[in-house]
Amino acid sequence: MNIGLFIPCYVNQLYPNAAIATLELLQKFGADVTYPAKQTCCGQPMANSGYEHLTQSCNDLFVENFSKFDYIVAPSASCVLHVKDHLHSHADEAAATEIRGKIYELVEFLTDVLKIEKLDAHFPHKVGIHQSCHGLRGLHLAQMSELIAPDFSKPRHLLNMVSGLELTELDRVDECCGFGGLFCIAEEAVSVKMGKDRITDHTKHGAEYITSPDLSCLMHMEGILQRNKSKVKIIHIAEILNSSSIKA
Amino acid sequence: MKSTLDHAALAEEFNKDEERVDWHDGALWWIRQKRDRSAHQTPQWEELREAASAIKSNVISNLHDYLIQFEENLKKNGVKVYWASDAEEHNQIVYSILKAKEIKQMVKSKSMLTEECHLNEFLEERGIEVINSDLGEYIQQIDNEPPSHIVLPCIHKRKEEIGELFHEHLGTEKGLSDPTLLTRVARKHLRNVFLTRRAALTGVNFAVAETGEYVVCTNEGNADMGAHLSEVQIASMGLEKIIPERKHLGVFLRLLARSAIGQPITIYSSHYKKPRPGQEMHLILVDKGRSNLLARPDFRESLKCIKCGGCMNTCPVYRKSGGLSYHNTISGPIGAILAPNLDMKQHADLPFASTLCGSCSNVCPVKIPIHDQLYKWRQEIVKQGYSASRKTFSMKAMALTLSSPEIYKTAGKTGRWLLNNAPFAINNKFNPWYKQRDMPDSSQQSFGEWYAKNGSKK
Repeated sequence: MNIGLFIPCYVNQLYPNAAIATLELLQKFGADVTYPAKQTCCGQPMANSGYEHLTQSCNDLFVENFSKFDYIVAPSASCVLHVKDHLHSHADEAAATEIRGKIYELVEFLTDVLKIEKLDAHFPHKVGIHQSCHGLRGLHLAQMSELIAPDFSKPRHLLNMVSGLELTELDRVDECCGFGGLFCIAEEAVSVKMGKDRITDHTKHGAEYITSPDLSCLMHMEGILQRNKSKVKIIHIAEILNSSSIKA
Repeated sequence: MKSTLDHAALAEEFNKDEERVDWHDGALWWIRQKRDRSAHQTPQWEELREAASAIKSNVISNLHDYLIQFEENLKKNGVKVYWASDAEEHNQIVYSILKAKEIKQMVKSKSMLTEECHLNEFLEERGIEVINSDLGEYIQQIDNEPPSHIVLPCIHKRKEEIGELFHEHLGTEKGLSDPTLLTRVARKHLRNVFLTRRAALTGVNFAVAETGEYVVCTNEGNADMGAHLSEVQIASMGLEKIIPERKHLGVFLRLLARSAIGQPITIYSSHYKKPRPGQEMHLILVDKGRSNLLARPDFRESLKCIKCGGCMNTCPVYRKSGGLSYHNTISGPIGAILAPNLDMKQHADLPFASTLCGSCSNVCPVKIPIHDQLYKWRQEIVKQGYSASRKTFSMKAMALTLSSPEIYKTAGKTGRWLLNNAPFAINNKFNPWYKQRDMPDSSQQSFGEWYAKNGSKK
């Protein structure tokens, strides 16, 4: 199985450990993983700001980098959803269409494609799951609280395989953290308030770590946690699932 | 009342009182939870939403025919029918009806449309007094403030503030804030209004093309009291309120109050069909941008809206910024997709007042893909040139950086270097991120750099 590793721009620059954990995790399950060095970004920051028309060269670059793989996997639900919904190419629309069908966020790839039932991971901490909205309502990584439908959660399913890990509860199981891309700058006051409230929900239920399949939400909450000198940490789900190889 | 500030600025103002934000957020979240509970108790909830959405799709596709059918049946029933293309025309029609009967006072209920048309101001300028009889609307009217929510117009006001208003305007004892007692005072006051008004205007929740009747859903019974006691009854409705047949009503009545406030059905679902002997009934069909919306394929589904307000209650941005920060009669996510159709320049900020979390689309009883439309309005607004040039410049710079692997690598390295060596260049008051959040740690090499060194060993 030939996998192209897509590491979104901000993960590449600011969260290399999550990217390394993703790579190692996929390799543990025997996948042949390649990181195309010329990748940059999915174009979402421009598109969500109303400038989708400026993303064409980003899209072409993406197609160029990733069309040759069986699967494309990324540790970021939001970027994956953007590619799935909006990747088009004037140069090669057939290749773009194919990519939209074979790109996966890491959690869904582990659950739905590799169908992982067992993990050799150890993480003796209290962990709260932050459902990224794009992972939840876009990629359906878990059941959405608004819908009347059977409950499931792919991140929870995987985290339940980690020894020593205790999942903590939330009052509002899938409320947005307020990151929202450039929303976090343009609507600073509401964005921060939303982030603070999500964090409070986690801390009052005793979480030591907040994890998510999306680092953008975590980056925003981390900024608030650190400003307030909180002991609570953020961690990408790949780092927990790959935790046996992290030196404690 | 009109503000020149945009949503972000008004929301920032609202957020200066954090305790108040928490209270507002909690009140609306409580309603969202009530909605969840009642949806869970309704068998086939998701099928009902699907059916409602499909019925409305049919209505939108055949709107012309249903409107003609509705008009014919209204006439058969003895109702006078008017067509108004905009607010001005609508207001003139209402005025002419009242003027013909020399009526100087009117009682109004259940109409967001007339709020949109600013009917009260229009009539007051012409010497006609209008009283909103829905309690929440009444409170907002006393305070000379627009509604902050389409179903709960004064949800942003605390009971003490309402007590203060009543003290000032209705002469209640100072400090009185008990909701039951305040409601009694308002009721006594309104009772007199109902008894003395010769004209009553209501909105319309559902208009049945098959029978020519229209249905008004209320909890307070005020629409009924106004209509029953009036000699001139006027209904104003947007073109999209049509449903084809009476049997479809059951689908919508089951969804409306549950989606709005978690109640199985509104206390009153009143059907109006024919004038009483000696009474006149008038119905005004108002376009006001609706046919324009119908002509926009990307956005026409927003015409399905039944104005339950569910998207507002679930929207974290709405809950934490307050309805008035949307500076539009209809606030929240649905307001943000309806308003740009009416005036794109004035409402260019609204589609950006969202994280695109998608919760609104999931609670919507008629399944409007609200968050997709927010995304599409953003594209439209930029395309039409209503985006700040500063933003366009930075977007172009970003697009250039991200389309070149080399520039991107250099930019990433420079950014991280700056954060490490000259943090004051980034961590300053001009950086909205840094105001209440620390910047991420940037002391490590990028994954790309790590992979170049270690990737091949794996």
